[in-house]
Amino acid sequence: MNKTMTISALALIMTSSAAFADTVTVVTSFPRDLTDPFKAAFESAYPDTTLEVVSRNTNAAVSYLQETRSANSIDLMWASAPDAFEVLKEEGLLAAVDVQYEGIPDEIGGYPIHDPDGTYYGFAASGYGIMYNTRYIQANDLPVAEEWEDLKRAEYNGHVAMSAPSRSGTTHLTVETVLQGEGWQEGWATWKWIAGNMNTVTERSFGVPDAVNSGATGFGIVIDFFGLASKASGFPVELAYPSVTAIVPANIGIIENAPNQEGAKQFVEFLLSLEGQEVLLSPAIMRLPVNPDAYANAPEDFPNPFSEEFAPNAIEFDVDVSGERYNLVNSLFDVLITYRLNDLRAAVAAVQQAEAAHAESGNEEALALIAEARALIEAMPVTEEEALNPSLTNVFTSSSADADTEVVGRQSEIEQSWDSFAVQNYRQAKELADQAIALN
Amino acid sequence: MPDSYQTASRGFTLFPRLSGAAISGILIAIFLMAFLILPVAQVLYVAFLDSRTGGFTLQNFQDFFNTSLFRESFVNSLYVSVMSVVFATLIALPLAYITTRFNFAGTAAIQALGIIPLIMPPFVGAVAMSLLFGRNGSVNLLLNQYFGFRIPFMEGLNGVILVQSIHYFPFILINLSASLRNIDRSMEEAAQNLGSHGMRMFRRIVFPLAMPGYLAGAALVFIKVFDDLGTPLLLNVNNMLAPQAYLRITGVGINDPMGYVISFILVVFSIFSLWASFLFMRGKDYATVQKGGGGLSRRDLKPREKWLAWGVILLILALVLSPHLGLLLLAFGTIWSFSPLPDGFTMEHFVTIFTQSSQYVWNTLIYAGSAALIDVLLGTAIAYIVIRTGLPGRKWLDYMATAALAVPGVVLGIGYLRMFHGVQLPFGLGQLSSFWGIIIIALAVRRLPYALRACMAALQQVSLSLEEAAASLGASRTSTIRRIVVPLMTGGILAGFVTSFATAAVELSATIMLVGRASDAPLAYGIYLYMQSPAGRGAGAALGILAVVIVALGTYLSQRIIERERVRQTMSNDQH
Repeated sequence: MNKTMTISALALIMTSSAAFADTVTVVTSFPRDLTDPFKAAFESAYPDTTLEVVSRNTNAAVSYLQETRSANSIDLMWASAPDAFEVLKEEGLLAAVDVQYEGIPDEIGGYPIHDPDGTYYGFAASGYGIMYNTRYIQANDLPVAEEWEDLKRAEYNGHVAMSAPSRSGTTHLTVETVLQGEGWQEGWATWKWIAGNMNTVTERSFGVPDAVNSGATGFGIVIDFFGLASKASGFPVELAYPSVTAIVPANIGIIENAPNQEGAKQFVEFLLSLEGQEVLLSPAIMRLPVNPDAYANAPEDFPNPFSEEFAPNAIEFDVDVSGERYNLVNSLFDVLITYRLNDLRAAVAAVQQAEAAHAESGNEEALALIAEARALIEAMPVTEEEALNPSLTNVFTSSSADADTEVVGRQSEIEQSWDSFAVQNYRQAKELADQAIALN
Repeated sequence: MPDSYQTASRGFTLFPRLSGAAISGILIAIFLMAFLILPVAQVLYVAFLDSRTGGFTLQNFQDFFNTSLFRESFVNSLYVSVMSVVFATLIALPLAYITTRFNFAGTAAIQALGIIPLIMPPFVGAVAMSLLFGRNGSVNLLLNQYFGFRIPFMEGLNGVILVQSIHYFPFILINLSASLRNIDRSMEEAAQNLGSHGMRMFRRIVFPLAMPGYLAGAALVFIKVFDDLGTPLLLNVNNMLAPQAYLRITGVGINDPMGYVISFILVVFSIFSLWASFLFMRGKDYATVQKGGGGLSRRDLKPREKWLAWGVILLILALVLSPHLGLLLLAFGTIWSFSPLPDGFTMEHFVTIFTQSSQYVWNTLIYAGSAALIDVLLGTAIAYIVIRTGLPGRKWLDYMATAALAVPGVVLGIGYLRMFHGVQLPFGLGQLSSFWGIIIIALAVRRLPYALRACMAALQQVSLSLEEAAASLGASRTSTIRRIVVPLMTGGILAGFVTSFATAAVELSATIMLVGRASDAPLAYGIYLYMQSPAGRGAGAALGILAVVIVALGTYLSQRIIERERVRQTMSNDQH
């Protein structure tokens, strides 16, 4: 018994020291479909190096790196959400390494591809779009929705899904894009009317493509590769890019104190090389390369974000504004929409019915009631100026480093006041709309 | 754990008269402190901190009760838990009664099938359920096509109650069956002699005697449903307490103390409900003296009754196994989208997983098997200490172990990282926090309550007089436990092993934090990997089927062992 223990322990020491010599360890939220081809391509380009892939969802990966920083064993963080990288960077968990690459522009669709401080690098771009199930819309006799505005229409009531921005960094960017493109007040109004048509707000970003693929819902607001990869796997789905879309990079960053920094740098440079970029075009991955030259070998119909006709109205995305109010926007969305979805849906449905009932009646009294109900639904407890004021945003930030800033209360207090605001407004809006219907 | 041994032996020399039970009690307490209380406290203490100044405060708890969303969530959680216990009882009671009360051909198979719902692989289960029962699932598509209406099985709290009661009723089934088997036949015969029979006898005699098992199961269902975050989140229901805690703890870069406050309240409430179930049981004696008589006498069914029994059983099995039917269709189907059945069938997904699965299967068997073994050892020891000894503070062993039910897996995972990272193991095994052994410990701690409840119920039915008889015949305490108590508890211990094993085999939330490298990953982790991409849905389901088959086989075998044991005992009994 003792002998076997010792022998196996010795064997373990030998194998582990042999394995760690030239292993690059990467923690990632990406599925196997993406990591396997890259692992194969990288290992054949550098036969002496092994790529060890540890899969965790983005949240778990970030907590893992935070908790294990005292004795870090990970070389690279590889994930979509730029906000996760911002958190890591802020806490000094990312190393600024001088990575060499060529042929990659500075910006894509108004969004900087790499971190200006060189702590993380964009290797693939993703746009946001509307994914729909063709069987579903045929059975329900629905037209294709191509713009965010379309999803506000009454005919889509109960047919839409998206994930909560607080759960998915990429969804957050879509929410923020619309807020920046349409303005604070109008942008939130758009989201509330769309949310009124939703049958669900999912907790995992992958929950949305899952729901559309299985036909549980007709339309989903998703990051493009979910739609493209689902279609490539044979599901009866299509993807439409609205003309206002956010193009965001998926990133890779080298961890501070990486056990194998040289190997980590090698892998990042491989990802950014033309050879690495072309791996992205394979059907199971379907992410957009950030090197424009990689599109030369792209399949037909492959969207090219560098082309003229792609998303002509893409906005100039203001990263600073977005970062400033990041947690506040997430919390607002959760309190006003995610947690009160049923109240919001009831109010929106009532207004939609009232509008249908009075589309031609011209009953002034009813129209006034409807206008009042609409205003109640669209009302926001916070103005844009307040949303950028540090005394409010700091209530929601993670670091208590800047404890000098005066804050206006505790997060739960503020959320409670927003919650009562929303519940009361939605209820009143529903009552007014019901009165308008009764006026027929 | 060289440390704990040291402490114990030092304690032994200091207090020479410390009994064996006391030493085990101390060892168990140290184990629970090290691997449950301290790691969790390292995470949850934030609930008592002012998020800005870092000072101690109770303000967060006041905020909790001032927030209407949390108050509603609490009510919703309570409602869902109570309703789930009711429905789970309706499902479990007939199955348990028919299989223990009558000579019934498929008893072992039914008992084994009855546990399968517990083995619901993460993510795939929810997809399968929504494909069958969702708004556009098979059932509703057909209903809508032929009758023009839909039934909202899966909407809101209804969906949570349906899924939870189908998922967790085996807790009641297993514990209740074990209890029914232990009832003394003479009680029943006495009742018959006095003219009682049928439903009346069941209501007045049989069911009350099986109360320890039923209550053990029902308490587990109640606490588990109250604390479960996976199911509501997969159904996108977030107005319940556990999902609210999860959403607030796991957001990237957010520092909201409310998540920890809710977790703390979940732990306290779980201990409270356990204490309430103790109160209910207090002052009642469920022990029966005669053992090995095969429990209730088994009657042969008349042909008509047999058909009725089969009808009831098949109906229930069809309901509770429907998620797994969906899983099977998903694993063998090609594309399944907005249609009652998949477009076509294929073996492709099983081919995909074939090459990679052996490592997963092997890891899962080792992890879940060791964890379940640890659980029944600890469970038996704790049950004995709590029920049979007068050690001060013994109930707290039970409370501590059961508190694990209320600790979200991520909290335990983060706590382990915080506590054990940087601890180097000898023999080049690397970091303690990324050593695969820590996964076993985490699983054992998370599943200990299941085994513990089963062992407690089993011991409550063993009469003290049997041990006294052994003692008066000169048997030492150790040999009494080994030769008398444990054999009499076998059914309950096996029930505990099976529940712990089955549920540990598909656990994900704590393991995902602790898996250090791909070669250490268990099945549930593999399923998670596949389920992150559209192309992996079928393969993930195939891996899920594999998990279900492995655990079901294990369960079936242990059921066969129980049955054989019973037959052997009954026969040797008859010869005397």
